[in-house]
Amino acid sequence: MAERPEDLNLPNAVITRIIKEALPDGVNISKEARSAISRAASVFVLYATSCANNFAMKGKRKTLNASDVLSAMEEMEFQRFVTPLKEALEAYRREQKGKKEASEQKKKDKDRKADSEEQDKSRDEEIDEDEERLEEEEQNEEEEVDN
Amino acid sequence: MADLVVGRDKCGEQRLVSLPLSRIRVIMKSSPEVSSINQEALVLTAKATELFVQYLATYSYRHGSGKEKRALTYHDLSDAAEESETFQFLADILPKKILASKYLKMLKEKEEEEEEEENNNDESDEAES
Repeated sequence: MAERPEDLNLPNAVITRIIKEALPDGVNISKEARSAISRAASVFVLYATSCANNFAMKGKRKTLNASDVLSAMEEMEFQRFVTPLKEALEAYRREQKGKKEASEQKKKDKDRKADSEEQDKSRDEEIDEDEERLEEEEQNEEEEVDN
Repeated sequence: MADLVVGRDKCGEQRLVSLPLSRIRVIMKSSPEVSSINQEALVLTAKATELFVQYLATYSYRHGSGKEKRALTYHDLSDAAEESETFQFLADILPKKILASKYLKMLKEKEEEEEEEENNNDESDEAES
């Protein structure tokens, strides 16, 4: 590990909320316990990342992807997480698709409006532009998160 | 299980993960040999971490002695780290606590053991000559 786990903390408020929602009502959580769980969570991220990275390297890839993370969970003996994670992935993909379609629709509407205002613009040109834009957006989605 | 997939934020809107992705990414990037992380992997890691927090908390509580007092204590967590294979990787950061007096006693006993060994070696040297 490049940095000590204590320097890579997750927000207390969120951690506390997750714990409280998981435990029965009225259970008290000591400050020490809370802080310990937070540290454990950071260590978990590091362990999962390292494990997922091994799978990526095995696949000769430099970018960690979803399947690497899922494989890591199995490797770490957290199989119980795999199904809920797959569900989350589906939900995330649907959400992203929805957003993409919405923004494409907006652009199409905008262009149609522009078209009626500029009668010189040819139909063919527009269609090419749309296709280009679609390709660009697809590319952007596949690129890794920038630093 | 579907309840665990989405949470609700302040506006009551459904959100996939509660933990901040930016923070999760910082931790992931601190790992050596990691070049880049695709957005889906980031989201899944954040989600997995939430599941982990829930699991660690409930497991420790169920198996811990704090249960009678309806409390989750550090002791419950360090017990889980020691006794469960799944949580073994946490053993170093969740060490068991002992009283200082007990630790000093252990140190002293170890010193005495080592001294005795040295004495035995000296005696055997003397016997040979």
